[in-house]
Amino acid sequence: MSDNESVSFEHTIPDNLKGLVADWSSDVQAFRVRWSKAMMWIFLVSDTFIFGSFLSAYMSVRLTTIEPWPNTSQVFALHVGGTDVPLLLIAIMTFILISSSGTMAMAVTSGYKKQRKKTAYLILLTALGGVAFVGMQMFEWSKLIFEEGIRPWGNEFGADQFGGFFFMITGFHGLHVSIGVVYLSIVAKRVLDGRYDRLNDYQMVEVAGLYWHFVDLVWIFIFAFFYLW
Amino acid sequence: MDQNSATYEGQKMYDPKGWWDTYVFSQDHKIIALQYVCVALAIGLTGMFLSLLMRLQLGFPGLFESIDAGSYYQDVTMHGMIMVIYLLTALFLGGFGNYLIPLMLGCRDMAFPFVNMLSFWMYFLSVIILVASFFVESGPTGAGWTLYPPQSILEGTPGGDGAGIILMLASLAVFIVAFTMGGLNYITTVLQSRAKGMTLMRMPLIIWCIFLATFLGLLAFPALLVGAIMLIFDRVLETSFFMPEIFKGGEVLDYGGGSPVLFQHLFWFFGHPEVYIIALPAFGIISELISVHARKNIFGYNMMVWALIAIAGIAFIVWAHHMYVAGMNPYLGFFFATTTLIIAVPTAIKVYNWALTLWNANIKMTVPMLYCLAFLVTFLNGGLTGLFLGNVAVDVPLSDTYFVIGHFHMVMAVSPVLALFGGLYHWYPSVTGRMLDDRLGKIHFWITFIGTYLIYFPMHYIGFLGVPRRYYSNEQYDFIPQSVADLNQFITICTLIVGAAQFIMLYNLIKSLYKGAIAPKNPWDACTLEWQTLESPPGHGNWGEQLPVVYRWPYEYGLPSATADFVPQNVSDEQIT
Repeated sequence: MSDNESVSFEHTIPDNLKGLVADWSSDVQAFRVRWSKAMMWIFLVSDTFIFGSFLSAYMSVRLTTIEPWPNTSQVFALHVGGTDVPLLLIAIMTFILISSSGTMAMAVTSGYKKQRKKTAYLILLTALGGVAFVGMQMFEWSKLIFEEGIRPWGNEFGADQFGGFFFMITGFHGLHVSIGVVYLSIVAKRVLDGRYDRLNDYQMVEVAGLYWHFVDLVWIFIFAFFYLW
Repeated sequence: MDQNSATYEGQKMYDPKGWWDTYVFSQDHKIIALQYVCVALAIGLTGMFLSLLMRLQLGFPGLFESIDAGSYYQDVTMHGMIMVIYLLTALFLGGFGNYLIPLMLGCRDMAFPFVNMLSFWMYFLSVIILVASFFVESGPTGAGWTLYPPQSILEGTPGGDGAGIILMLASLAVFIVAFTMGGLNYITTVLQSRAKGMTLMRMPLIIWCIFLATFLGLLAFPALLVGAIMLIFDRVLETSFFMPEIFKGGEVLDYGGGSPVLFQHLFWFFGHPEVYIIALPAFGIISELISVHARKNIFGYNMMVWALIAIAGIAFIVWAHHMYVAGMNPYLGFFFATTTLIIAVPTAIKVYNWALTLWNANIKMTVPMLYCLAFLVTFLNGGLTGLFLGNVAVDVPLSDTYFVIGHFHMVMAVSPVLALFGGLYHWYPSVTGRMLDDRLGKIHFWITFIGTYLIYFPMHYIGFLGVPRRYYSNEQYDFIPQSVADLNQFITICTLIVGAAQFIMLYNLIKSLYKGAIAPKNPWDACTLEWQTLESPPGHGNWGEQLPVVYRWPYEYGLPSATADFVPQNVSDEQIT
């Protein structure tokens, strides 16, 4: 890691607009953060455009396609106790993912308090939430594929594009979550090994947190546009 | 200030061990830049060779039997894609960006050297995948470089039976990954690791240009990635994202309900910023070269920066001017015509500023300066024909004719390539420590400059006659007069000459490596930091023990208090003699 390892980030920032101007007109660095944190932010902006393109394409096709769109509350319903409960599974998934964002935020806080073990366990708990999410997504996918017969190229509920967009976008998001689980596990191991104690800087936990919150935020949009619309 | 100096001390240098680490899997930005340049020039030569094949068919239809209609379309497609993405984008950002950013900003390397190395190898992989498509059954895709569905994924399109289109899309996806890795590096380095005293408004203009072009790339390539993924799905899984109901040979295909125009939107949301990803670094090179070789500070530095930012912003809201005839809502045309004409304003500011930099300047007619002047004229020419095409009413009859070919080759092919050559001549001494041969350089320049005009000017006329682009043969159409065939022959001969002339430059590049005159440390008397290193060419880590400190802006020419006509950026007021 050739990062700016030993920088201290204590400094006085002028308020609001003046602070913005001072940051941007400074020499050496525009933002008083680690390089990896700056890079993560820039990457997330770029990634936003990927998901933005996916979702715009989906919305555009949903509006222009000739057949009616499948009734989502029927397709995504779960048969529990003799009745179809719409959006049950997805509500649980969303709840878990958002909760994992909460544990991540707690991990970042305890990281800055230099509580090594607590930070690591909270990160692992976050990763566990991610695993649970992906696992339930696998269950959802297999139910849609094997029971409802929805395929990327067509289905019996309505427009052909439904399956394609659903599997493509939730799959791409699931890939992000899976990568995030691996990433968080690595960070948790580094925390346990005491790497950030030696650096006396837990900012890398926050960088991982940025990614995780982003993945969460994207899910909110996918949830809204796919399941609620 | 103290906390900032810690940044330098804290940066652990990557330490190469042995030959492989130093020259092949190197993490040094200078080596990576060279690797980018070499691979890009190699694939660029392939692209040039393909254009010669096209011209041979157009100039002498039917004379070369090996060029049939199918392979002609494959040549067109691959020529376009190679030149725009694998040559110009890679060479400007991967090559010039990698080399100049750390040197001009006074840091030791890119922010993330390992990611930087991965970026090159991913790029290399994408080129391999692209080249592989020449060797699969039925060859590369022949759907046109815009890859519009439905024809790009249907069998029956030239090259459509085999894996050509899959390889093309896969190669693009890998390229985008490579670009993202490189781009994150460039932006982080520019924002976070400049030399002491190097504020953003003291950066050389080329760094501003590369910085903004990278931003454009990071925000525009996602749309292409999404388009490519969906296109692959349409082809492999037979989803119908872009595919409407289609009859082929009287039979209904399995597709239905998709929107081909959606792909065009995705493609051009990437495609138009891509024009500026190529043009901005060219602007930057010209800004540097004009100032250095005219011995005068750049006119209106602040306006130049804000014009760049304006161009980068507006570049995202002009994309549908490529689609006036695509069947989108005509009202959209009004919007996109307006934004298109608005983007001409900051561009014109830049051209005026270059012209005013030349005014009353001490112009040295070096080879880089010649390329600058050629760029100004060519870019102006291409820009003016852009005014025709930006207006819906004029564009509709001119769309998809040779006028368009003439326009975009002038503005985004010839102009950037002229800037590229100027940049090669200018920075070659910094890379190799030797000067390029001046006489060969001038021969190469005049043939290229005059030759490109002889090639592309007649195309505007051919376009006004209504000759459509991408046609394999013009012979069967009554409305096309004989003069077009004659002109095409003339253009082809010019193309062959200009193509051959590029080998003068290659010869020059290789010969000067061994036999060129030894370059002084700062051969052009430039103020920017890349010429102020301890050793020349700069060694590993660029700056020896002490990192440079910047005291002034990058264009300090003709300062009255100094005896020399330039003051380097790292010379303080007390040190001026």
